Amino acid sequence: MASLTDGLKRGFKRWTLSMTEPEFEARLSGSRSSNEYGVDPFGFSLDYALSALGPVLWLYKHYFRVETHGIQNVPAGRVLLISNHSGQLPMDAAMIGIAMLTEATHPRPIRSMIEKWVATLPWVSTFMARIGQIVGTPENCKRVLENDEAILVFPEGMKGISKLYAQRYQLQEFGLGFMRLALETNTPIVPVAVIGAEEQAPAIADLKGVAKLFGLPALPITPTLLPIPLPAKYRLYFGEPIRFHGRADDEDSELDKKVMVVKGAIQKMIDQGLKDRKSVFW
Amino acid sequence: MSDKRPTVLLTGISGNLGRVMTKFLHTQFRVVGVDRRPLVGKPKDVEHFQVDLRKRKVDDVFKRIRIDAIIHMGIMHDPRMNAEDHHSFNVLGTTRILECAARHQVKKVVVLSSANVYGPSPENSNFLGEDAPLMAASRFPSVRDLIEVDMLAHGFFWRHPEIETVVMRPVHVVGPSIKNAPSNYLRLKRPMTLAGFDPMVQLIHMDDVARAMVEALKPGRKGVYNLVGPGEVPMSSVFDELKRKPIRVPHMIARPLLSRMFKMRLSSYPAEEIDHIQFLCMVDGHRWARETGWKPKFTMRETIRSVLGE
Repeated sequence: MASLTDGLKRGFKRWTLSMTEPEFEARLSGSRSSNEYGVDPFGFSLDYALSALGPVLWLYKHYFRVETHGIQNVPAGRVLLISNHSGQLPMDAAMIGIAMLTEATHPRPIRSMIEKWVATLPWVSTFMARIGQIVGTPENCKRVLENDEAILVFPEGMKGISKLYAQRYQLQEFGLGFMRLALETNTPIVPVAVIGAEEQAPAIADLKGVAKLFGLPALPITPTLLPIPLPAKYRLYFGEPIRFHGRADDEDSELDKKVMVVKGAIQKMIDQGLKDRKSVFW
Repeated sequence: MSDKRPTVLLTGISGNLGRVMTKFLHTQFRVVGVDRRPLVGKPKDVEHFQVDLRKRKVDDVFKRIRIDAIIHMGIMHDPRMNAEDHHSFNVLGTTRILECAARHQVKKVVVLSSANVYGPSPENSNFLGEDAPLMAASRFPSVRDLIEVDMLAHGFFWRHPEIETVVMRPVHVVGPSIKNAPSNYLRLKRPMTLAGFDPMVQLIHMDDVARAMVEALKPGRKGVYNLVGPGEVPMSSVFDELKRKPIRVPHMIARPLLSRMFKMRLSSYPAEEIDHIQFLCMVDGHRWARETGWKPKFTMRETIRSVLGE
């Protein structure tokens, strides 16, 4: 059993490396500290992540055929990537993650923040930890930013990812948490716009009552009934870094003004991206 | 007797960690032990008083000998013990020893608490600071006496600024002679783990704990500190290192199963302990390391292997 999974892991890792440049692994191996057991203090394992990446990398290259714009805007050191969120399944997070690994000027694994209930799920919790995802508590975020890492945040949260097709590319309400974090840790913000994720699983309805019954955050009904991502073409736009100054414990209305600047930057990139796009699938 | 060395009173001296502590102390300090159990194989230069910490007779020890510092590790962790007795021993014992410290103007009190007072939970941040709330009893009510001990010591720190009180919260203590829950668990031939869960864990070698306790005795040290060992590893790596093949049990059936087994005395672990192999309970030890320049002597590999007596 153990040797079977080990073999599988090695196979997946070879697949990942076959799709990347020869120095890919070596370049990443210095990006995170790791102990004699190959993990960083949060449980990220580069070896494990390289195995897990295979399928996602294939989707990135051949299924969603991701195109990036302005990724050189992402600075080295601590940074908050703030993005719109859509598509029922968090493929947008995975695609931004792969872009940062393979195409960024300073390639590195990024962290996104997962919900607390994910830590109660078998296998999923372990998988998430090994690929560097951590539970999104303020303490965790602060710690990794002070460690000069990159964090991806979707301030729309569930409201963004589970919205219906009729509301596509309409930014939902932004949470303020990321701004507090940015001010507290003096972290630049890079706005990110994802075009294409909205069309991967167009939801006609969200069965909130049924979802509640099963303890799910949402239950979208899509043309494929349950959301199976369609091969929409992804376009990722990375804006110029924005630095904010002020008090992290300021009133919500003051923080909201700053959040609006970020939201506006994302909206602008979305509008431009949609204008430039000739087809959803090509 | 012309012993000029400072005198340390060590509670729980007859326990396994108490003996390790004695070994580290008695070269620099005059050691006075208090424990309701006898001290077998007592070193010549150690005095032992076989007294229950809850009894008045403890005060007589202070009357007879001028105590410079107390290390309080006479705290019971036995899930099989009658809950009332357990609670009374830990809470009353700690209260009594702190009273004695105040009454006899002891300059230093070091209390051995544990990082487990925070409690494992899916909602935990990966690294909990000393200010994190002590939530262990919310999911495992029978450990509330251990939290109370920690809070008693914490309260004592504030009420007696003239006494240097140190509360140490080490991560899971392991070692060849240690018989606590984590060490025993790692010694099992076929340990039970939960299918799909592999939390990061922190371990510390018993000798490193003893060294830190000695460090805490230094004049000037006071406060509450998390104490971590050589780092963090996935639990599966610990078992790989020990060449153990765990039995993976689905978490839904693990709890009822273990609860039944505990009642039938087939297992010494209450079902609530499952949280420790399912969720995170890790702490940030930077405060102690920064203020004392402290580093563990044992590497991760040595620490893990120490449970087997290597």
